[in-house]
Amino acid sequence: MTSSQSTALSPSLLVAVGRSTEIASPPPDAAEAEKEWSYTRAPDALSARSAYQSRRGLRREIRIFLTNPNAIVGVLFLASVVVTALLAPLLYPGDPLEMVSRPFLWPGQNADYPLGTDSMGRDVLAGIVHGARISLTVGIVATALGLTIGIGIGAVAGYFGGWVDEVLVKIIEIFQTLPNFVLLVVLVAIAQPTVTTVTAAIGIITWPTVARLTRAEFRAIREKDYVLAARSLGYGHARIVFAEILPNALPPIIVTSSVMVAGAILMEAALSFMGLGDPNRVSWGSMIGSGRDVIRTAWYLTALPGLAIVFTVISLNLISDGLNDALNPRFSEERR
Amino acid sequence: MTPLMEVHDFAVGFGSAQPVKGVSFDVTAGEMLAIVGESGSGKSLTALGLIGLLPSHARKTGSIRLAGRDLSDLSERQWRSIRGREIGMIFQEPMTSLNPVLTVGEQIVEVLRIHDKIDRRSARKRAIELLDLVNIPEAGRRIDDYPHQLSGGMRQRVMIAIGVACNPKLLIADEATTALDVTIQAQILQLLDNLRLNLNMAVILITHDLGIVAQWADRVMVMYAGRKVEEGLPQPVFEHPYHPYTRGLLAASPRAEVGQHYRDGPLLEIPGSIVSSLHEKGCAFRPRCPDARASCGQAVPPIKLISDGRYAACPLVPSQFGRVSHDALVGA
Amino acid sequence: MTLLSVHNLSTQYSAGRGTVRAVDDVSLEIETGETVALVGESGCGKSSLGKSLMRLVEPTSGQVTFKGSDVTAMSARELRGLRQRIQMIFQDPFASLNPRQTVRAILTAPLKVHGIGDGKRRREIVEKIAEQVGLPPDSLDRYPHEFSGGQRQRIGIARALILEPELVVCDEPVSALDLSIQAQILNLLVEMKQRLSLSYLFVSHDLSVVRYFSDRVLVMYLGKIVESAPTAALWASPAHPYTRALLAAVPDPAKRKHAAPISGDLPSPHNPPSGCRFHTRCPLATDLCRAEAPRYRSFGENHTVACHYAQ
Repeated sequence: MTSSQSTALSPSLLVAVGRSTEIASPPPDAAEAEKEWSYTRAPDALSARSAYQSRRGLRREIRIFLTNPNAIVGVLFLASVVVTALLAPLLYPGDPLEMVSRPFLWPGQNADYPLGTDSMGRDVLAGIVHGARISLTVGIVATALGLTIGIGIGAVAGYFGGWVDEVLVKIIEIFQTLPNFVLLVVLVAIAQPTVTTVTAAIGIITWPTVARLTRAEFRAIREKDYVLAARSLGYGHARIVFAEILPNALPPIIVTSSVMVAGAILMEAALSFMGLGDPNRVSWGSMIGSGRDVIRTAWYLTALPGLAIVFTVISLNLISDGLNDALNPRFSEERR
Repeated sequence: MTPLMEVHDFAVGFGSAQPVKGVSFDVTAGEMLAIVGESGSGKSLTALGLIGLLPSHARKTGSIRLAGRDLSDLSERQWRSIRGREIGMIFQEPMTSLNPVLTVGEQIVEVLRIHDKIDRRSARKRAIELLDLVNIPEAGRRIDDYPHQLSGGMRQRVMIAIGVACNPKLLIADEATTALDVTIQAQILQLLDNLRLNLNMAVILITHDLGIVAQWADRVMVMYAGRKVEEGLPQPVFEHPYHPYTRGLLAASPRAEVGQHYRDGPLLEIPGSIVSSLHEKGCAFRPRCPDARASCGQAVPPIKLISDGRYAACPLVPSQFGRVSHDALVGA
Repeated sequence: MTLLSVHNLSTQYSAGRGTVRAVDDVSLEIETGETVALVGESGCGKSSLGKSLMRLVEPTSGQVTFKGSDVTAMSARELRGLRQRIQMIFQDPFASLNPRQTVRAILTAPLKVHGIGDGKRRREIVEKIAEQVGLPPDSLDRYPHEFSGGQRQRIGIARALILEPELVVCDEPVSALDLSIQAQILNLLVEMKQRLSLSYLFVSHDLSVVRYFSDRVLVMYLGKIVESAPTAALWASPAHPYTRALLAAVPDPAKRKHAAPISGDLPSPHNPPSGCRFHTRCPLATDLCRAEAPRYRSFGENHTVACHYAQ
C-alpha cells in the first residue's frame, strides 16, 4: 500500500525532496507563478515581507529612539553641554579660577560677564563652561570604569555559577551593604582629592549595581537554547560569553549606564560641594559649595551651577527612557 | 432547529492587517464544532471575538448572535455578564490561565459568586460537585490545592470546571489539549465529549490536530488565512477533501495507520508558508496551490455548497484537480 | 556497525528538596545509518537522555561510547572534537538561534571555532549548506526574527549539519511547527540523512511522526526504557502495556469516540513508584509489579520489553 501510494499521487502535488535547487531559486514573479507554482515553493511569507524591513532593520532601534520627542530633547541638551565642554578652552582661555572683575556682579549687570561674578570676582559663566568638562569627564570615565568592573564580575558570576558565583556575589553584597556615599568620602579622603582619584572612587562604588544586573541577565540567557546550541557546537567559554550572551545582555546595561553617568555627575558635585573635590579645578559642585555662604544675598551663585546639574541629569534620564523604549520592545516581535 | 450561535461575515483587523477576513458559521445546541487551521489562519482570533476578548484596538465587523441576541455591539459591562454564564472558554496553557496564589476552590467559588447570588458555603459545595464532574479524584481534598500542586492534566480539568461552572450554552476550547501528553489529551477530550452530551452544551474545539477533529467533532470547519475554506462532517471531509488546502494538509500528515515510512518515499509537502495580505485580489492559497490557474488570481472564491452540508471555497471541480487519488490520500 | 552505545547511563538533577533521576540506568545502541526514535510523555527524561549522551548535561553514572571512544571519560578538549561528530537540532526554532547574529554569522561560527577553511572556503561552505536546506540565497544577511518558524528550523538544521556530523540528536524538531511545514522539515531531514549518511536519534512525543521517520523505537517512561523494537514491529505487536496505551491514545479517525486508553497522570519523578514504574496506571498490574522491577525480556528479533506480563 505504502509504495503504491506515492505513485498514485499526482506529480503536481508531489513536491518531492531532492529539488532543493528550486527551493533556493528566487521566487518567480506573479505572472510566472500562474504556470509554475506546482514545482516551486512559494516565497516564505515572513521573509518576503521582511525584505523591506531588513534594509532598514539594523537601524530600527535608532529609528524608534529618534521618534521619541523626550529623548530628542535629552540628546540635544546633552550634546550642547558636550560641545560647550569641548569648546571651553576656546571660549574662555585661561584659568576660570582667576579673578577677572569685581565680586558679586549680578547676571546682566555687565555684558562682559553675562552670568555675573562670584565672591572672589571670578566669572560664573567661565566656571560653568569649564565645570562642564569636569562633570562630564568624571561622569563618563567613572561610568566606564564601573561598567568594565561590573560587567566583568557579573558575567563571570552569572556564566559560571557554582562556587565562583557564590564568592563573587558575597563580594558584591559587601560593597552594597556599605553606605555608598560614606564609602566614597572615605576613599577620597584616604587618597589625594584629584580628578583621577574622585573618578576612580566613583567607579569603585558604582560597579556592584552593574555586576548584579549583568549577573541576572547572564543567568537567564545562559539557559537559552542558542547558548546550549553554542555549547553543542564546541564553542569555547570566551566566544559564548562575548559573542553569544553579552550582545543579548547589553540592552538593559546600556539603559542603566546613562543613569549611571547622571549619578556620577551628582556624586562628583556632592564631593566638591563638601570641599572634597579637586581644589585646583572648577566644577559645578565646587561652585555651589563656594556660593553656599552667600546664598541669601547672592543666590544666583548656587542656582546657576545647580540648574546646569539639574538639566544635565534630566537629559540623561530622558535619554535612558528613550533607550529603554527603543531597545526592549525588540524582543516583543520574537514570539508572535 | 435554530442554531445556538450564528456568526455572519465576522472580520477582525489591526492597523493595516486583516487576520480574520469574514467568516460565517453557526453552532447548534449540544454540537461539537471543530475549527482547524494553522497559525495565521485566524482561528484563535475568531474564538476571542466570539467571547468579546479581542484587544480594544481591534476593528471588528460582522455580526454574532447567541440564541437570537445580537452580541456585536455589547459594552464591556454587558460582555462580562455573557462570559462565564452564557459562553465559557478554556485556553491552551492551564498553568498561566490559573491564578497561582489562589486555591482552585477559591477560583471556582469566585466565578460562581460573580454570576450567581449564592453564599460561600453553597458555592463551595457546588465547586466540589464541579471538580467531581470533571473527574478529579478526591474532589473534597483537591479543592484546597494550589494550581502548582496539580499536574497539567488536572489543571486543565480545573479550567474546564471553571468554564462550565455556570452552565454555559457554549464552551470554546482554544487548543485546550495541545500542551498535554497524548494519553492525557485523550482523557480530556473524552471528558469534554461527556460534558457536552450531559449538559447539552455546544463546544467549539479550536485545534490544529486533524486526528482530534476526525475522532471527536460533529462538524469541521477549515480556516486558511482568515477565511473559511471548507466545511462539512468530519468523515466526508477527511475521506474526500475538496479544497486543495485540506487535501494538502491531509497528504502532509504521516499516515501511521497505513505504515507510511520514509524509506518508501517523501511526504507530500504544501510548498511555502501561509501568506496573508490585505490587498490580495484572489484566493489566498493560490501561491501554494498545485492546481492554481490564472482565474484564481482574479477574485476571492466564495464559499459554496458542494453537497448536503458540505461547503468549500474553491471554484474548481474535482475533475480539474491534479489526479490525486483520494483513496491513496486517506489510505482507504 | 555500532556508532554509539550507552551503558547504564543515569542522570540526576537536584530539584528543590530532592533529586530527580531524569535518566535511570538506560542502555541503548545506535547503528550507523539508523534513525532511532525516543518516545515518551513530557517529563519521561527523553530530552535529558539526548543531552546526557552528548554531555551537554553531565551524566551521573554510566558510560557512553562513540565509535569506540569513551565519551564519558573525555576531557574538555577531546569533547570539543566530539562536537564535530555529534550534533543537535532543537525543538524551538525561536529560542535556538541567537537573535543578534545574522544567519551568515550563525553558520560561519562553527567553522571558525573548529578551524575549517579560510574566509573564502567558509563562505562557500555556508552558501552550499544554505542552498541544501532550502534557504533563499538572500537570507544569509538577515536576522533570525525575519524568518518564519519553518525557515528558522532550516537555519537550525544548517547549523547542525555544517560540521558534517555523523550522529544528529533531533530534540522534537518538528513539534513546534505547523502541519504543512512539518512535512517540509521531515522531508529535508530524510534528504540530508541520505546525502550526508547521517544517523539520527529522534526525540519526539508525536507517534505518527515517529512511525514515519524512524527505523527503531525506544519507548521511555519515567526515566527508563520500557520497550525497544523495530518501528514496524512495534506498531504490529506492541508488547508493553504503556506502549499499547500510547499507541491507542493517538487520535485516529477510524476510532471515533474511543475510550481513553489509560487513566491517571504520570507520577511525580521526584518519588517514582516502586517496582515497575508503570504499575500505578497499568491495567495488568499485580503485587509482583509493585514489588519488583521487571527485567528486559526478548520479544522477537531486536525487540525487548521490560514487563512481567508482556504477551
